[in-house]
Amino acid sequence: MTAAREEILQKIRSAKGVSSPEVAATAYAGIERSYQSSAQLSRKEILHLFEERLREYDASVYRASAAEVGAAVAGVLSGRGVHRVLVPEGLPLEWQQGAEFVADRGFSSAKLDGFASVMTTATLGIAETGTIVLQNVSGQGRRALTLVPDYHLCILSTNQVVETVVEAMRLLEPTRNLPTTLFSGPSATADIEMTRIKGVHGPRFVDVVLVGEE
Amino acid sequence: MSRVPLDPRTAPAFQTAAKMLLGDAQLRKNVRHATDVIQNKRRKLVEEKHDWQLLRESARQIRAHALQHLDVYLDEFERNFTRAGGVVHWARDAAEAQRIVVALVKESGSSEVIKIKSMTTEEVQLNNALEAAGIRAYETDLAELIIQLGEDQPSHIVVPALHKNRAQIREIFRRTMNLPDLGDKPADLADAARRFLREKFLRVKTAVSGANFLIAETGGICIVESEGNGRMCLTLPETLISVVGIEKVIPRWQDLEPLIQLLPRSATGERMNPYNSLWSGVHPGDGPRAMHVVLLDNGRTNVLADSEGRQTLQCIRCAACQNACPVYRQTGGHAYGSVYAGPIGAILTPQLMHMEHSQTLPYASSLCGACYEVCPVKINIPEVLIHLRNKVVEQNGWYAPESLAMKAVAAVFRSERRFRAAQRLGRIAELPLVKSEKRSFSIVGQKQATKPGWIGWLPGLLGGWTDTRDLQAMPKETFRDWWEKRGKA
Repeated sequence: MTAAREEILQKIRSAKGVSSPEVAATAYAGIERSYQSSAQLSRKEILHLFEERLREYDASVYRASAAEVGAAVAGVLSGRGVHRVLVPEGLPLEWQQGAEFVADRGFSSAKLDGFASVMTTATLGIAETGTIVLQNVSGQGRRALTLVPDYHLCILSTNQVVETVVEAMRLLEPTRNLPTTLFSGPSATADIEMTRIKGVHGPRFVDVVLVGEE
Repeated sequence: MSRVPLDPRTAPAFQTAAKMLLGDAQLRKNVRHATDVIQNKRRKLVEEKHDWQLLRESARQIRAHALQHLDVYLDEFERNFTRAGGVVHWARDAAEAQRIVVALVKESGSSEVIKIKSMTTEEVQLNNALEAAGIRAYETDLAELIIQLGEDQPSHIVVPALHKNRAQIREIFRRTMNLPDLGDKPADLADAARRFLREKFLRVKTAVSGANFLIAETGGICIVESEGNGRMCLTLPETLISVVGIEKVIPRWQDLEPLIQLLPRSATGERMNPYNSLWSGVHPGDGPRAMHVVLLDNGRTNVLADSEGRQTLQCIRCAACQNACPVYRQTGGHAYGSVYAGPIGAILTPQLMHMEHSQTLPYASSLCGACYEVCPVKINIPEVLIHLRNKVVEQNGWYAPESLAMKAVAAVFRSERRFRAAQRLGRIAELPLVKSEKRSFSIVGQKQATKPGWIGWLPGLLGGWTDTRDLQAMPKETFRDWWEKRGKA
């Protein structure tokens, strides 16, 4: 094993010359990054764009003030005919209204498969791509929770929505070691004649409640 | 479920394979349709990104930099991935990668694996090695499942089954999943795959993947996908084995800023693909308890050693060059005899093969440059194609026809006397070949339809030109002759 390692590294060095972390760091600093890195739209436009993108992915978007979240959740769930919802630890109790909510206790894959719906919050939203960022933190939980159930209701504050992918990646930098999932709409495939089909293995249905006064 | 993998060492010459595949009208129709759809979506989404060229340039510099300091970043990745609870393995070639993965699967106590689509595992023919060791591999990407169940071969990097239409896919699923009443709507077919695979996701304890990026500073892995099969494979099993080419490493998290924007727009014409997963090593209570990365050379250091060919390794496998290529769009992917088809395959495969196989691939191009224009990391594919053609000619020795012809031309061009003599000789030699009579033009049939003053047939090797087009006869008076006469008058 180490023989292979040494041989490959040796081949790399003789292919293009020996480098060192210091030399690499100096050269790295010279890489051009002149692409757009900050928002250009107003807050109102950003939220509008985010909603529009989510709807393009066939996600439904609802707006609620902080005080109304529980009622909004109850309304969305009853509209979907959902009665039992898996939730991660740390999700605010006052949001859990209108159905039976079951907290994740490290269920097996088979047990997870028994849940048709999951509700979580999220770390960030990205308007230009309609993306939502999930991480393994309180209120969002481990990655499998938002994967196995067929329906995901995601609750996100309006001040968590940024305009560009670059802004989002920079905000995520301090927590870059956490398991992180960027999702953009329901799972999809275009493998058959390039026809986009919603829902293959991940959730087929996604709704979003945007919380905030804006 | 065994199938013969695409293998550049045994594949026929591109021109031979292409000629055969061009006769398959259904294949050409399917390929044309799929590449048209992706290209149109891509074009719209690239146009809306006003900073596209800045993103490309940044990505090019990042990828070139990573290759220039590959030893540093691989070492850094290994250190950080190991610190995060993972294990790094190094494989010099395909056989070593196969041995490592087979041993790891056995160690995990499983006789089955679920797989995320990975061209790297196709490259090392992993499924055959697993099968030979008594391990059953299930492809979980819809297209790869179609390929596997149909005992077929991938023909595109991103959409490997684009050469099959819905009726063909229905036949494969009907037969192999025992679903006689299956419909042929794409949604029916995807639903059949969902049900077929769900049980495997929940049961199989070991998964095998590739990776889109390795992040040196975090020891992180990034996997980009659409269906959620990737997330299933990288979160539900107990063991995850990722087979990754050594060139896939990027220095830092911030390097994802341009790459994660360029890849989906280029690959599938989406602003963002449905799922991007990023993690580093083992996270207790979330995902596999054992995590392995197999770093694969398999010819890549050979590519790195060629300063002109090196840029090939900047590739992020978006396949935009395949969709844009007028040659690929006619032949489809199988003609290239490698899992890497299209323009990128035409430069990557022969180099991975140490220029010992696939020597016809650098000629599978009209050098139109469409591939370079769409490449999100600005690989100058035409430049590399010409470089490799030169290598092929050099390899074939000074007595190869192409080499001799070039030497003769060089000798003629070096001296004005010889150049003028050649022109005079040419005007005499071409005389019997030039069409002059007007009536020949009226005869129906391609060869006879040559216009007066044109040559419709040339002998021997030169016939390669006139087989499909005419050559204009040399003018009676050259520019130099005319100029000199004019000066005297």
